[in-house]
Amino acid sequence: MVSLENLGSLTHFLPEFIVAGGALLIFVLDLIRGRQCQFHGWIGIAVLAGAGWATVASLGAAPGGVFLFENMLALDGFTQLFRLFFLATGVLTLIMAARSKELANRGGEFTALLLIIVLGMMLMAGAANLLMAYLAMETVSLISYTLVASLKGNQRSNEAGLKYVIFGGVASGAMLYGFSWLYGLTGTLDIAVIAQTLQGGAAQPLTMFLALVLILVGLGFKVAAVPFHMWSPDVYEGAPVAVTAFLSVGPKAAGFALLVRVLYGGLAQPFEGGWLPVAHLPWPMLIAVMSVATMFIGNLSALWQNNLKRLMAYSSIAHAGYLLAGLVLLNEAGVLAIVFYLIAYLVMNFGAFMVISVVADESGTEEIDGIRGLWRRRPFLGVMMMIFLVSLTGLPPAFGFIGKFYLFAALVESGWLWLALVGLLNSVISLGYYMRIAKAMLIDGTEETEAAPAALPPASRLIGVTVGVLGALTLLLGIYWEPLRVFAERTFALI
Amino acid sequence: MAAMFLALIDNVLSWMIFFPLIGAGVILLLPSSKSTWIKWTAVVATLPPLVWAVQLFMAFQRDFPGEQLKQFQFTEGPYTWIESFNISYFLGVDGISISMVLLTALISTIAVIASWTINRQLKAYMALFLLLDTGMMGVFCSLDFFLFYVFWEIMLLPMYFLIGIWGGPNKIYAAIKFFLYTLFGSVFMLLAMIFLYYKAGKTFNMVEMMEGAKGVAIGAQVLIWFAFYVGFAIKIPAFPFHTWLPDAHVEAPTAISVILAGVLLKMGTYGILRINYAMLPEATAMLAWVIALIGVINIVYGALCAMAQTDLKKLVAYSSISHMGYVMLGMASMTPQGINGAVLQMFNHGTITAMLFLLVGVVYDRAHHRQIDGFGGLANRVPVYTGMTALAFFASLGLPGLSGFVSEVLVFMGGFKTFPLYTIISATGIILTAAYLLWTMQRVFLGELNPKYETLTDMNGRELLMLVPLAIIVIVLGVWPMPVLDIISQSLNFLVTHVGDAAAAAGVAGH
Repeated sequence: MVSLENLGSLTHFLPEFIVAGGALLIFVLDLIRGRQCQFHGWIGIAVLAGAGWATVASLGAAPGGVFLFENMLALDGFTQLFRLFFLATGVLTLIMAARSKELANRGGEFTALLLIIVLGMMLMAGAANLLMAYLAMETVSLISYTLVASLKGNQRSNEAGLKYVIFGGVASGAMLYGFSWLYGLTGTLDIAVIAQTLQGGAAQPLTMFLALVLILVGLGFKVAAVPFHMWSPDVYEGAPVAVTAFLSVGPKAAGFALLVRVLYGGLAQPFEGGWLPVAHLPWPMLIAVMSVATMFIGNLSALWQNNLKRLMAYSSIAHAGYLLAGLVLLNEAGVLAIVFYLIAYLVMNFGAFMVISVVADESGTEEIDGIRGLWRRRPFLGVMMMIFLVSLTGLPPAFGFIGKFYLFAALVESGWLWLALVGLLNSVISLGYYMRIAKAMLIDGTEETEAAPAALPPASRLIGVTVGVLGALTLLLGIYWEPLRVFAERTFALI
Repeated sequence: MAAMFLALIDNVLSWMIFFPLIGAGVILLLPSSKSTWIKWTAVVATLPPLVWAVQLFMAFQRDFPGEQLKQFQFTEGPYTWIESFNISYFLGVDGISISMVLLTALISTIAVIASWTINRQLKAYMALFLLLDTGMMGVFCSLDFFLFYVFWEIMLLPMYFLIGIWGGPNKIYAAIKFFLYTLFGSVFMLLAMIFLYYKAGKTFNMVEMMEGAKGVAIGAQVLIWFAFYVGFAIKIPAFPFHTWLPDAHVEAPTAISVILAGVLLKMGTYGILRINYAMLPEATAMLAWVIALIGVINIVYGALCAMAQTDLKKLVAYSSISHMGYVMLGMASMTPQGINGAVLQMFNHGTITAMLFLLVGVVYDRAHHRQIDGFGGLANRVPVYTGMTALAFFASLGLPGLSGFVSEVLVFMGGFKTFPLYTIISATGIILTAAYLLWTMQRVFLGELNPKYETLTDMNGRELLMLVPLAIIVIVLGVWPMPVLDIISQSLNFLVTHVGDAAAAAGVAGH
């Protein structure tokens, strides 16, 4: 790939500029108009849409991919795809926040912070240098802490924020320490050069292993992989629903993008259409073990949850486990599976959270009881939620099944049969808790006479429409996903 | 008009699969208050597939030239669906599937009539029922493995809700148990399917997979074979995976029990024939004894359990387990008689058990309980009902002249050649079946009339409408089974040769 110097890089950096400019614009507006302004959300969505347009326009600009800012960032198909992914995540979060009672009347601060976090995630996906990786990740982390604690009067929210800061601080400290070991071993922070140096046999296996473990602490924390998952149920429960939905998708996906960058780029060498881990460092097995632990602990813990947000937190841990399984593959089929799974997860998880947010607002509780009889009260939301649950379980004909199908097919193809079997058995376990929600929604409370369904309040109509779109996408992409595959494959002409 | 009615339409299989789905869509658009409209829409959605199924049955070419195993009729496609994974939309039927398609269409229509008394959330009930119908038809018509799997899984969710919402007191436990068991099985099926995809030349086309799977090493074949077997055995349900069935049956509403016993259980044995036998013939020849052994356990253990039941519906459920054992024993024998008897037994069991569950439903609607000891002397009060039940019981216990007899005799004749000991043990199943059915007959219908039931009414027109056609089929096939045997035998004989040849070529010693 061509490497560009600072000035030449600027033209390729337009989407990031737009997002950063949007954030600043909202801060300025906030100063001028004060807290009364209700349009921040719309400005934010417009900014993200603009950045999306700029990304799409630049898709063909650098066919083979380029390095920007003196090898700081890699701009290739992988980055482009994740740029679009994070912009979509941002838009969906803003739609959720726009009607949220929890986040009402806080002016532009939420929107502006969200734009900055989107910027951070885009940089994470493109990081080609460990320093860049760290800076991008800290941007995402610091703002995540603030967003989680954004319900100032709410003790739960504050507790969640504090827990998140403490866990996060330790994790990123460990990761930074791991980076410094890598630097010490190789004398460089450039991920591609690290791989070459390590391949030359520059380092002791044990030191390399320690560096790897330390790095995995930081990234494992970000994607909520076992054993670094402890924070996530508390944080997800305490945060406003919109933030929970965002955290379960955005930073997790960014974490996986960065894992691919660091592990495939820095600790592996391209080899016959795939990668080979650098000498003496069997990290795929380590990831496989993490993946199994994450799947089991996520799924088994979710079975016992009564709070919808906690349940979704454990479900999201379990999904991180499936995604980790994709990481051990070290080939293009594996990367495609991860990308597919993440896109499916974005659609179905946001859909489920949107329904939960409407239910929580109406029933005043986030417990599973709050969703009882939803089918009677709001047939549309009930049916949509059912689609998302089917998809999260991984049953056809929903998009979630396709994500799992690609993942397990890739695992079988590469001979990781046992890991595929563990993953599949875990989706049987997950049926247990997803069907608990379905049961509460469709079976419980059907005997009671429920109030006649009222129309959604105006504030929730946008959510209703979005839920409909996401539900339709879940089904349509579950039945015919070929165009998405073509797009995904074309975008990463790889790394 | 008549010509239009008789002529076979193009793409008839697709129509049969998706017509109920269209019906479900229409029902969702109807207002919930119009319950009569909803019921009639459901009838209109299930009746044409029955007409088409009969037409197909007539038009099906019995003597098809060439290698029957790979010659499917009324095929559609393969139309490319997902290019990158070589998935296509590919339908077609052979002798085995056409008999199942006919059974599905028949039982679905009867189940709609049996659902007439549902009064709670009728709209959702019918929509889910029709979705289930689509899934069942799809499974029997698919010739693409991925498509087969999708249809297979589509059935789970409607079934879960049909039991879970409209079921009896312990419905939630039964529904989730059914769901978890079946999904557990399908997980193995999915894994084996993907594994075979890579081993058999990267195609999901079942006809090509038969060819491609030939090169798979025997060790891998055995592994895949067992994975498929677990998936299908849970559906049959074969010992030791059978425990979900009694629960599901007891809790499910009548019509759903009818579908479950009449059609869903057949998918297990159909899957073994279509996938294990056709794609992995060598492993099948090696492991046929497993199917036979489990079949024997099913027959004897199921019958013993049935004898111990006090709940009429649970008794019928265990008798189902017992009777599916005959199917397994017959198909494991690898003789033309045995395997023909097995598939005929699938068809006969579908009609007979459907009758039994409908009859249990009839008495439950009136008495609101199903305790065998709670009745007594009903023959004095409800002669038509008694006669119909007697017919179904006798068919079930294999009285000569009724359909159950023919298939059981074929199974025993075929089975004895290959597994003499197993067959002798299973023959005790006949005695046990006669024992529990006649004992039940005696307790429920004979003797003094229980004074509680002096005002019991006999069957009404609607109930006769769903039972009489089944009774006619049971009697006709008992006297003259050729219509079904004729259509299944060629495909099955080729299947037996196929397994035999593969075993001989690989030097696998069967049994």
